[in-house]
Amino acid sequence: MVKDQEFLEKKALYCLGLAKKLGATQSSVVVNNSVSETVNFRNKKLDESNRSDDLGINITTYIGKKKSSISSSNLLNDNLNTLMEKCVETTKNTPEDEFNSLPDKDLLAKTIKDLNLFDDTHVENDQKIDYLKKLEASASDDKRIINTESSFSENKSNFILANSDGFCNGYKTSSFTASSVTVAKDEKSMERDYEYTNKCFLKDLDDAEELGKLAATQTIRKLSPKKIGSEKISVIFDKRIAKGMLSTFASAISASAVSRGTSFLKDKINQNIFSKRINIIDKPDILKGLGSRYFDSEGVKTETLKLVDQGTLKHYLIDTYNGKKLNLKSNGRCGGTSNLYFDNGNISFKDLLNLNSKSIYITETIGHGSNIVTGDYSVGATGFLVEQGEFKYPINEITIAGNFKDMFKNITLANDLEFKYATNSPTMMIDGMVVAGK
Amino acid sequence: MSNFFEKSDLSRGEAENIISETLQKCDDGELYLENSKSESILLDDNKIKNSNYTSDLGFGFRAISGEIVAYSHSNEISKNSLKQSSDNLKSTLKSAKGTYNHAIPKSNKKYYENINPIEQKSLNEKIKILNDVNEYIRSKNNDVKQVTANFLGEQKSIEIIRSGGETLSDVRPLIRFNVSVMLEKNGRKETGVYGIGGRQSYDSYLKEDNWKNVCDEALRIASVNLESKPAPAGEMKVVLGPGWPAILIHEAVGHGLEGDFNRKKTSAFHNLMGQKVASEGVTIVDDGTIDNRRGSLTIDDEGTPTEKTVLIENGVLKNFMQDRLNARLMNTRSTGSGRRENYRHVVLPRMRNTMMLSGKQTQEEMIKSVDKGIFAVSFGGGQVDITSGKFVFNCTEAYEIINGKIGSPIKGATLIGDGPSILKEVSMVGNDMMLDPGIGTCGKAGQGVPVGVAQPSILINKMTVGGTKL
Repeated sequence: MVKDQEFLEKKALYCLGLAKKLGATQSSVVVNNSVSETVNFRNKKLDESNRSDDLGINITTYIGKKKSSISSSNLLNDNLNTLMEKCVETTKNTPEDEFNSLPDKDLLAKTIKDLNLFDDTHVENDQKIDYLKKLEASASDDKRIINTESSFSENKSNFILANSDGFCNGYKTSSFTASSVTVAKDEKSMERDYEYTNKCFLKDLDDAEELGKLAATQTIRKLSPKKIGSEKISVIFDKRIAKGMLSTFASAISASAVSRGTSFLKDKINQNIFSKRINIIDKPDILKGLGSRYFDSEGVKTETLKLVDQGTLKHYLIDTYNGKKLNLKSNGRCGGTSNLYFDNGNISFKDLLNLNSKSIYITETIGHGSNIVTGDYSVGATGFLVEQGEFKYPINEITIAGNFKDMFKNITLANDLEFKYATNSPTMMIDGMVVAGK
Repeated sequence: MSNFFEKSDLSRGEAENIISETLQKCDDGELYLENSKSESILLDDNKIKNSNYTSDLGFGFRAISGEIVAYSHSNEISKNSLKQSSDNLKSTLKSAKGTYNHAIPKSNKKYYENINPIEQKSLNEKIKILNDVNEYIRSKNNDVKQVTANFLGEQKSIEIIRSGGETLSDVRPLIRFNVSVMLEKNGRKETGVYGIGGRQSYDSYLKEDNWKNVCDEALRIASVNLESKPAPAGEMKVVLGPGWPAILIHEAVGHGLEGDFNRKKTSAFHNLMGQKVASEGVTIVDDGTIDNRRGSLTIDDEGTPTEKTVLIENGVLKNFMQDRLNARLMNTRSTGSGRRENYRHVVLPRMRNTMMLSGKQTQEEMIKSVDKGIFAVSFGGGQVDITSGKFVFNCTEAYEIINGKIGSPIKGATLIGDGPSILKEVSMVGNDMMLDPGIGTCGKAGQGVPVGVAQPSILINKMTVGGTKL
């Protein structure tokens, strides 16, 4: 069982007290515990079971404008005493930084409404095994599937965040995840694909058979891929790839990248960076939301932000430290975004495929090809050639490239948004990208 | 060395009993204990932004029966906690009826010293170097807009207790020093990154000349990129420089030669043992025995002494990299490649220092032979799809080659190729093998482990370059 609030709070307050005694002028502590149990199957047989029980504490102490931090997984008071001494000693020896401080007291979260983020249900290993058996049977139904790996995992977490200004709060969260990875083979090729489901509540998890079937279908359709020629073309991104554009956008508008001048979106506030049809929202209070939170990682209250309104950038993601550097107040985004998404576009998935007589549909990218300093983008990709709205054949060993500044202006979104991850996008098309192939 | 039972209600003897009892009918398994201490000091935006110290303690208890692995980890080294883990393992492996394999090879060789790099240099000294780095770079070039520099130091003590009480241990130091520079000129921004590291103390590594070299290199790369033009798109010849570009080898063939993927037959290499997979003259080894290197290990995370494993010899596939589990199931021996990020993770067969050995040609000959292509000197990172064999890596410093001459620098672009066929496209192997500077971290199944790479210059007949210029 995950440790209760009382245990975590006791440890947090112990450290705050100790910090004060040792001469820290301010301090903050996070104590967390997460317990997860995972069962893995391979080719219809039990392959691995894994239980993890992780404890952690993270302490930051301030002496005036000096700051340093420590973290540990050993919560015995003996060890905490040694570490706290080391932390305060290090703080004394660290140079001052005028922007170091705890968050403004009036920004700290006060009221908390229940967002339904914790499901107490425990899934016994035998139940996990039942689910995986069904999943694997359905995933391996087609003869071309030569290997299946699947996993069911249950995770329960709890934490307390406390600081010397009197903030002390935390809450439990849960998640249940099942995934299926399949390998298919024909004479010409061997391909892998996957499907997965991740939910706060057990009862919301996708059906095992459907999950396995979907993984298999998505893998089989990749068999016997071709390489295409190099050309400028419209690229359609599957939802699971399109969300990555939002993640890049989020890192480029983080107050840290902006204040350091290392973002291609620096100084773009109130400017059009997307076409007028685009709205981007970060909403922390979605019930059972995978990215939902009551406050950010400094305890600052979080509200829904319309980051991009009709193409115009309206907010950076601001934490206390970088906010002070930019002379802006924290908007509760220390630790990043919550439930981040593009609003739906106004055409259907089918119509999106039909917008051009020829386009490519990308289901997977590999490589770390996003540069947020320059906005340059270049990644390896696999997917399908689409002609007259139809998937013609699978393609691989190509790259797609562009620059986000241009790509953002050329986005067209379908109206098929769903909340499958913490960051979500409808299917996305970007015109005028360069594909390199043969 | 850490005494893991010193402050615990669990004695070593009691732990040994629980381990032996739990693993009774298992084929293999062990209790893995780990105590790591690490520090990170970061200078950014003209200030010391962070000084962080982490102490991490925990155990991972593993039991294996047939192909099934049961694993449980916790931070609390206590009677209760170990018993709970034991119960957990036993419930998974209810029907185990194997015989524990006690055999584990021994060696007294060590490839790094038993030191704690963090304590060998005071915080003030480290802060001073970071400030000097910042001043040095900013004084060298007026276009410098941002400097980030950091020290990472770690000491990891591990102990492996096997059934019957056999104990193996290791203390692993690891340091890294990185510098990132951003230049801005005529409204254009570009970055350059460079770093060094290894299993040694800061002192033996960070003489003034040394850190200045790192700064100069980061600055040089950023300056080159300021002048870069859009990269070409399409298939062409590629010359790779020596050293760090060997992440090509790591991605293109290294991962595909790890035992687990081959036992499961999901690697594109699984049925190619003994066959020709690379051009004549291509020899690739995975070597854990080089002194003080980032990827070196005295023993792996299962207690097997490290070794130099020949993977491909003169073009022919010779060995896979194995941990104990995959070796047993494939009827071979462990190559000392069983590694884990830390006690939270199960062991997987992983790379150490993966190296392509020198050939006879010169880099000059290679460039001269290319009419149209690119010369790639440095890379960011790479990734591979084991099953389809397709891999990518991202250039951070590259030039076009026109008519046998090096031309303008080109913007960062992704290169994509096919693992099983790429080594057959290697048409020249240089005589200039070089080790990378000690900065690599390899990710697999969510676990990062320090690795090294090395290679000479090589010429590849055709690869797809992911630029924007058609």
